[in-house]
Amino acid sequence: MSQTMTEKPSGFCFELSEDHKMVQKMVRDFASEHLAPRAAHYDRTCEFPWENVKKMAELGLMGVTVPEELGGAGMDSLAYSIVIEEISRACAATGVITAVQNSLGEYPLMAFGTEEQKKKYLPLMARGEKIAAYALTEPGSGSDSASMQTRCELQGDHWVLNGQKNWITNSTGAEIFIVYATKDPDLKHKGICCFIVEKGWEGFTVGKHEETLGVRASGTCGLTFENCKVPRENLLGVEGEGFKIAMQALDTGRVGIAAQAVGIAQAALDNALRYSKERQQFKKAISEFQLVQEMLVQMAVEIDAARLMLYRAALKRDSGEKFTKEASMAKLYCSEVAMRAALNAVQVHGGYGYSKEYPVERLLRDAKVTQIYEGTSEIQKLVIARELLRD
Amino acid sequence: MNVIVCVRQTPDTESAIKIAADGRTINTDGLKYVLGPYDEYSHEAAVQLVEKNGGEVTAISFGPERVKETLRNCLAIGASRAVHIHDEDTSHDDALAIATALAAAIKPMSYDLIFTSNKGTDSDRGLVGAMLAERLGLPYVGLVSELELEDGGKALMCGRDVEGGQREKIKVTLPAVICAQKGLREPRYASLMNIMQAKKKPLETKTAAELGVDTAGAVKLEVEKMEYPPQRPPGRLVEGGSVDEKVKELVRLLKEEAKVL
Repeated sequence: MSQTMTEKPSGFCFELSEDHKMVQKMVRDFASEHLAPRAAHYDRTCEFPWENVKKMAELGLMGVTVPEELGGAGMDSLAYSIVIEEISRACAATGVITAVQNSLGEYPLMAFGTEEQKKKYLPLMARGEKIAAYALTEPGSGSDSASMQTRCELQGDHWVLNGQKNWITNSTGAEIFIVYATKDPDLKHKGICCFIVEKGWEGFTVGKHEETLGVRASGTCGLTFENCKVPRENLLGVEGEGFKIAMQALDTGRVGIAAQAVGIAQAALDNALRYSKERQQFKKAISEFQLVQEMLVQMAVEIDAARLMLYRAALKRDSGEKFTKEASMAKLYCSEVAMRAALNAVQVHGGYGYSKEYPVERLLRDAKVTQIYEGTSEIQKLVIARELLRD
Repeated sequence: MNVIVCVRQTPDTESAIKIAADGRTINTDGLKYVLGPYDEYSHEAAVQLVEKNGGEVTAISFGPERVKETLRNCLAIGASRAVHIHDEDTSHDDALAIATALAAAIKPMSYDLIFTSNKGTDSDRGLVGAMLAERLGLPYVGLVSELELEDGGKALMCGRDVEGGQREKIKVTLPAVICAQKGLREPRYASLMNIMQAKKKPLETKTAAELGVDTAGAVKLEVEKMEYPPQRPPGRLVEGGSVDEKVKELVRLLKEEAKVL
């Protein structure tokens, strides 16, 4: 798991280590017992799933890769991927909440934080006592994040933030926000700074909860900064290097979203298999019809490939090498597989798949966002092309 | 207080069990193994006792190499150390042989209490606990669903269900062997932190020979044949006639054929 836990395999190894299997079994058992039964409720009500978060925190799931001395479990990205996959298989909204906490909240602090910042914030986040959010996107800047308009200005011993953020996951529950702002939009990515902002600071307000198609309990809101004062010591990393932090966090984040997508896809297959064996038409189970089998097979084959790409990206990250291309490839492929698997699962269920009586319609709505957030499929293709052409 | 928990590795309860070609054993190809579901309760009870009163929990198990995986799982859910009595020969998977080997391994250890569980979900024998108590010359209380330390930790008050919905209370002086009933304590999940810590805990391996036990000689039972339970007949629909006639026919079938009325 951490470097001390798993010996580097010599050559290809398609078997998880005993420890990773233990993590998988624990999270799978926990998620099917505690998360799955409440997933439809949270989807319907859009409530932030505090009950889930509290239980997951006790199990160490809110700080998977944070070192033990800072309150985390000290595990590797492969363990992290397994955790997000298994949570998302039961409840995709809880999956993205956990992914944002781990990769977009904790990772920038681990990689760029000062010792003081790490000691102050990481244990709170890793133990799940405080939820983190990541504020990059704005109403006018999504894929083109360097064009952000939120301004930061140094005034004596503090920075002053002004502007708006949009579609910020975890906002209703979060108390720690990783916020990006620019010293001057004309400087493009070179002007961007990263800040740690706490809930309740003057001039910082969390807007109303956004009604979304899927992952509806993920606490997604807009944020407003009106002369919000941020102490100088809460600048994360170096002034003007915010864009680098944002992009590196997204590399890690994309592994998390790929894992979420594999979890949703697996849930789609689980449901399609169960239903097709139970549902009788023309006096036999519909799983006996070859056209239904074709859908099941397509799902199974693609999920297998997707999971291997996910694990490869996670292992590459754990190796310490650059993993931008692998993370984008995994995110692109896994999210497309999740969408196709969810569509097939609805099709296998026929009319029932279109109703709220079965969970597959929720899986379809949840799957869609994996092709959009943390970089759309189109952006992943740009990233992959850039990396390909650079080699 | 030091507590020993005897655990058994059993096939995952979701596995499809098939009889092997020899007709006397089960086909183990592709089987996944887990900590016996009944052992989860006794293990949790042991861990909670130690968390409250100090000391340590030792998990011990008999069987082939794969049993280590289950013991490492025990280390991740609260055991301080584990002992594996290694024996690859599956024909030694016999209650008396296991109890004899366990007794030999446990005898030199320092302990106040030994837990076993109701039964392995595979063999369904439920024999090892009583045999182990006999081998160690200790008192034994079976199917305990409630327990409380008494006399400053020198005795244990055990509650158990008996016929007719009655509860029986048995006070036993320690050390003793306690067989836990399902539900004694709600098992915990292995947190990520505990999975990491489990790596640092000791897992000791011994063979029956090292313990001075002749496991093959201790086997007293021979399985002659395994067979599947008879297939349940399919459900029947009472068809034809009016509702009254169908009800009459149903009552007749329940009385005469199913013999439940």
